[in-house]
Amino acid sequence: MLGLLGQATRGFGALAAAAAIVGTMGMGVAKAQETIKVGILHSLSGTMAISETTLKDAMLMLIEEQNKKGGLLGKKLEAVVVDPASNWPLFAEKARELITKDKVAAVFGCWTSVSRKSVLPVFKELNNILFYPVQYEGEESERNVFYTGAAPNQQAIPAVDYLANDEKVERWVLAGTDYVYPRTTNKILEAYLKSRGVKAEDIMINYTPFGHSDWQTIVSDIKKFGSAGKKTAVVSTINGDANVPFYKELSNQGISAKDIPVVAFSVGEEELAGIDTKPLAGHLAAWNYFMSIDTPENKDFIAKWHAFTKNPKRVTNDPMEAHYIGFNMWVKAVEKAGTTDQDKVIAALPGIKQANLTGGVSEMLPNHHITKPVFIGEIEGNGQFDVVWKTKDLIPGEAWSRYLEGSKNLVADWVKLNCGNFDTVKNVCLSAAK
Amino acid sequence: MMRLRLSVPPALARLLALPLLAFLPAVLVLAVLLPAGAVRAQGQGDISAIVAKFANDSYSDTSDALVELSATGSAQAAAVVEALGAGRLVFDPATKAVYIRTPAGIADAATGTIVANAPANLSVVRANNRVRRAIDAASGALSLLNPDPVRRADAAAAVFKSRDAAALATVEAAIAKETVASVKETLEQARAAILVGKAEVPEAVRLLAIQKITARGDQEAISLLRSLPADAPASLKAAAEAGIAKVEQNLRFWAVAQNVWYGLSLGSVLLLAAIGLAITFGVMGVINMAHGEMVMLGAYTTFVVQDFIRHSAPGLFDWSLAIALPLAFLFTGLVGILIERTVIRFLYGRPLETLLATWGVSLILQQAVRSVFGPTNQEVGAPSWMSGAFQVGQLSITYNRLWIIVFALLVFFALLLVLKRTPLGLYVRAVTQNRRMAAAMGIRTGRIDALTFGLGSGIAGIAGVALSQIDNVSPNLGQGYIIDSFMVVVFGGVGNLWGTLVGAFTLGIANKLLEPFAGAVLGKILLLVFIILFIQKRPRGLFALKGRAVES
Repeated sequence: MLGLLGQATRGFGALAAAAAIVGTMGMGVAKAQETIKVGILHSLSGTMAISETTLKDAMLMLIEEQNKKGGLLGKKLEAVVVDPASNWPLFAEKARELITKDKVAAVFGCWTSVSRKSVLPVFKELNNILFYPVQYEGEESERNVFYTGAAPNQQAIPAVDYLANDEKVERWVLAGTDYVYPRTTNKILEAYLKSRGVKAEDIMINYTPFGHSDWQTIVSDIKKFGSAGKKTAVVSTINGDANVPFYKELSNQGISAKDIPVVAFSVGEEELAGIDTKPLAGHLAAWNYFMSIDTPENKDFIAKWHAFTKNPKRVTNDPMEAHYIGFNMWVKAVEKAGTTDQDKVIAALPGIKQANLTGGVSEMLPNHHITKPVFIGEIEGNGQFDVVWKTKDLIPGEAWSRYLEGSKNLVADWVKLNCGNFDTVKNVCLSAAK
Repeated sequence: MMRLRLSVPPALARLLALPLLAFLPAVLVLAVLLPAGAVRAQGQGDISAIVAKFANDSYSDTSDALVELSATGSAQAAAVVEALGAGRLVFDPATKAVYIRTPAGIADAATGTIVANAPANLSVVRANNRVRRAIDAASGALSLLNPDPVRRADAAAAVFKSRDAAALATVEAAIAKETVASVKETLEQARAAILVGKAEVPEAVRLLAIQKITARGDQEAISLLRSLPADAPASLKAAAEAGIAKVEQNLRFWAVAQNVWYGLSLGSVLLLAAIGLAITFGVMGVINMAHGEMVMLGAYTTFVVQDFIRHSAPGLFDWSLAIALPLAFLFTGLVGILIERTVIRFLYGRPLETLLATWGVSLILQQAVRSVFGPTNQEVGAPSWMSGAFQVGQLSITYNRLWIIVFALLVFFALLLVLKRTPLGLYVRAVTQNRRMAAAMGIRTGRIDALTFGLGSGIAGIAGVALSQIDNVSPNLGQGYIIDSFMVVVFGGVGNLWGTLVGAFTLGIANKLLEPFAGAVLGKILLLVFIILFIQKRPRGLFALKGRAVES
């Protein structure tokens, strides 16, 4: 019951925080004191609220921290929170509202690829900056967007390498939810696996609808596929709500990580909070950050997060770290440019370095992606991950996959080429040619 | 794993036992051939050199050490392996000394003696999947001679899986000593699994091993037969092919049985989700878009009950679902009555407005739950009697699915009883069939409307208790069920409970029979297309109500 009350107060706490922001917005006008406004575009209701609400809180914390340090360019930062309600067209509307009505200096937001695609034209037209914190399918580089989550070569490819080299996996199930991120990622992975000499009959691709809850048939198919005498693993791009029933069914049918390990790209600490993880011990996830990573920066971040949310049980996750890096990079770029003018900040951002929470220093690259370390973690009984493998160096994010026919000749470089999709064979910038 | 043995007919086992004598010379040869024999001789006494490898904190060194440990066969080695599996094997990063945490204190890993002044900051020797597999294999090899037959059977199954050639000699020794027939059978399968892949074993022996494995008749058998080395003689390959064909034939039958079982299970979930709607929409005619949220509220009631039990009475945890059921029924029933009295009663006979109003109510309920409990999933645990599975032939039946089928049927028949055998049921039927006549007979129709809606909502609430066991408990829980629920009620025939029952199971089984061929996405689409066509042909569903009430 106590825990429940805690949750209830936390809910109200968030409401109160939102109310406080609305309050400060009004006061800001009254006092006529100039502030720098930062837009937060994350769903607080609807399907995606489950993931995005945390990111909104993380941004509020980062802004509060920055203000404690004296703000930016001598001004206080001010968060403007809007709720696009998991509704993709509403994302574009709210983005427009943030930029034209609230005149924000930059926006931190979006989770799903479809929401990012929906706001892209707005950011281009109104020339503002979006920091996108979630791992995604790549195949994109826009002048107005900075991608602080992982590109496929910073998550999917290293994970497959780990399974093939360390677990000696020879047969692959690519299971995903039926939308753009899993489809593109699986296309890249399929091409990559084939380039490693995996035969077509050793790859099984399976898609399920959003929120799929009856996994009996698919799990027994995976079991069957895994009994061909070769070591089998599942690469899961299953998204959101469908994960819990999937893992429940795996443990029900007695498939442990020792038999068929599952490596997931969308399951982090936050998603595991709703499951009893003991039967899942040993299943894997690939991320650029885990809460369990033991560095002073991470300890400090977690302590601040617990203090900010007033809940010592709240977990941190990878997209939160991405916002941490992105926000601090933006702060440094504004300081470097001496202004929040978007063109100058966009020009200042590539080359900015920022210490991440896992002991390395990430750098913003000319293709608007960042360098990140890759970690493979095994799920532990307490809902945390034990890092079993990591890359030696930070991996630079690649906007365009070198394994796909349509994109292997493309590079993105906004510094020298001023182009997001430069064809190195034809020597032409495709977006300019259009 | 043990249960799989059921599939081997005893007659066949006896038949195979006879030629086992033929193994003996081969075994003698092998004992000399195998390097494990050599390790065994020298490693029997002191294992400290092997144990020291655990302090390197490297997964490969740990795996290597496990293989060497399993070959020693010493009792202390078994203790070390067990400690590693349980996370009790620790080492001192400074001195590289390896210890075991025991209830009595910190013990030296190599000798097992308690250390008086053990260092303070010890690190646990970590395990990943590869190490865990090696632990299983090693503890299998080391506990083959355990006095407990259950442990021996597990060990034999582990060896069957690992096919660890080093364990062969121990398996032979264990078979010679074994007295329990079922354990002996598993041991012989484990030996067959090792022998079949070894090139130096005589062909006849390997053929027998293939027969032995074929007799298991399950996926594991196919997996093993498929992994025959490429350089195996043609006769062996042919025997393995024949074996695979035989096992697949057997599995094909079970695959159909499995699909039907999955269909029943999906059908029971559909039935549970739809049964409350069969009252509010089916009997009362209210297009109730907030039905899914009633299910969600039921699931959250379960969470609150479990949260309370975890904090104040952990001993009652196995009863948490039984306690949650009446509470969920009462709570969602009351919410239902509230909604009916404040919103729906003003909208009878105006289906479009009802649809919009209940849709609004559903959004309000979702956001209310999100504000109070937060947007993330809540953990609802499974009581012990709902965890795990049992085996019928090659069909694995999980307890939670079985209980949900039983529960769905119980709820269905209880509801049927209420509608057909109680005064409330009589009033409900009277009011829905002819409101004015019922009013003229002195029935307070408004009160009956509220109670009926409350009953439907309450039933949705107890469905939520059951569904919390297989789905996410999040504010979005209800949305996933609302379309399926309407589909079942419309397909089965509005106003007919039996139609809902038949509709739910028909759709469940049809979906599961389609899924292996069409995939999950296309399967669902095909099913929807089928329902659209069906409704074109029979607009009133499977079991259409007849009579004057329908015409009006």
